[in-house]
Amino acid sequence: MAQTRRDMLIDPLVDNNPITLQVLGICSALAVTSSLKVAFVMAIAVTLVTAFSSMFISMLRNHIPSSIRIIVQMVIIASLVILVDQVLKAYAYEISKTLSVFVGLIITNCIVMGRAEAFAMKNPPIASFVDGIGNGLGYGLILMLVGVIRELFGAGSLFGITVLQTVNNGGWYVPNGLLLLPPSAFFVIGLLIWGFRTWKPGQVEEREYKIQVVGAH
Amino acid sequence: MSDETQNKGLIARFLALPTDSVPKTVFVAVTLCLVASMVVSAVAVALRPVQEINKLKDKQINILQVAGVYDPNEDVVEAFKAFEPHVLELSTGTFTDQFDATTFDDRAAAADPELSDALQNDPAGIGRQSRFVTIYLLRKDDGSLDKVILPVHGYGLWSTLYGFIALESDGNDIYGLQFYSHAETPGLGAEVDNPRWKAQWKGKKLADEDGTLQITVSKSVPPAGSDYHVDALAGATLTSAGVDNLVRFWMGEAGYGPFLEKLKAGEI
Repeated sequence: MAQTRRDMLIDPLVDNNPITLQVLGICSALAVTSSLKVAFVMAIAVTLVTAFSSMFISMLRNHIPSSIRIIVQMVIIASLVILVDQVLKAYAYEISKTLSVFVGLIITNCIVMGRAEAFAMKNPPIASFVDGIGNGLGYGLILMLVGVIRELFGAGSLFGITVLQTVNNGGWYVPNGLLLLPPSAFFVIGLLIWGFRTWKPGQVEEREYKIQVVGAH
Repeated sequence: MSDETQNKGLIARFLALPTDSVPKTVFVAVTLCLVASMVVSAVAVALRPVQEINKLKDKQINILQVAGVYDPNEDVVEAFKAFEPHVLELSTGTFTDQFDATTFDDRAAAADPELSDALQNDPAGIGRQSRFVTIYLLRKDDGSLDKVILPVHGYGLWSTLYGFIALESDGNDIYGLQFYSHAETPGLGAEVDNPRWKAQWKGKKLADEDGTLQITVSKSVPPAGSDYHVDALAGATLTSAGVDNLVRFWMGEAGYGPFLEKLKAGEI
């Protein structure tokens, strides 16, 4: 294998980021980034689920019949997500109430399935585990970036601690309510992708169609 | 080859089959489902006691909050001891000693045919109504009644909203309304949790001088006046209608009506 373990862990942070390059897992990034605390727990949950589901799928990879492989992956992922949900309900009840449906939606997070199908089905367990952690962290990094922007400018706070005193509470800052609504995450992620691709032009995709000058008949 | 080695090798023989053959596919599917379901159910059963404690604590925090006495630094269980739980028989408005108020389960009672009635006229969309509910009394230091906390529930847009309404001791002034469990749309219907919206309830009145129930959640101020009016939530028409229906249902004759009469007469 060309990649070292370290590369597997570092690559998905910037060079092969699941959100900005692979453009996976956008749906949940919209939903949970309006407050940093929720985004943080979601990032941890997705990282753990991706890592362990990749590991288990990789352990079974030689015995998974190709005709039912997606179902097998789903069963493993869904079981792990239920585990996470149950643990959160038992030990982090407040957060599990805020995350509510989004924990269940980790099952449909494209990153988890994507890594299972693209990496874990072809690589040994430990490598798959590291790859899962790396991609989960890459997802988490973007989630936190988006979360900082949305919570700071949308509500004037970070992790629930007031940074910019808002007008409603007698301060000077007029919060931008749009940033708390889901569409704003699209704008922020779009700008991030633009920023990443300006910084690393190698990430820019080739055009599928190009206007060509055709000689006269 | 003896029988023993054959038995021992059953799983191994399945594993040795070509991966894409039908028996192996069935074997993998069945085994995986069995293992996954066992793991999931084992965890669910093992963690249930802790989850139940969390749920109970959450409910108690909500009762403290709706009564306006919640202090995050204080121990919930300790603070909750200030509340007197009573099991109330709705039709008569009197307390009953038939059940232990600390363990009586309203939701289980609503599903029990022995303890509940199917509703014909059901504006709150709850289907069955328990004949008995647990209510909480908060007393002042001198022993006189301060507030009563009444559980309410009803259907919104997606889910049944469960909450508490706190009334002053006159049985007509609202102190607060708070939901502790619902699954309404985040950002729209879920704004029932918004502190600024909830603050509107404080100081509103249930009924006018004639005793007619006037409280309403609506988009415009009703003729009865703004003392009985809570602004509906923008973008959440059906959730607002649900809250309106459930408050009017529970505060009406079929709900706490008889109890509120007694409360107003000073009999509690």
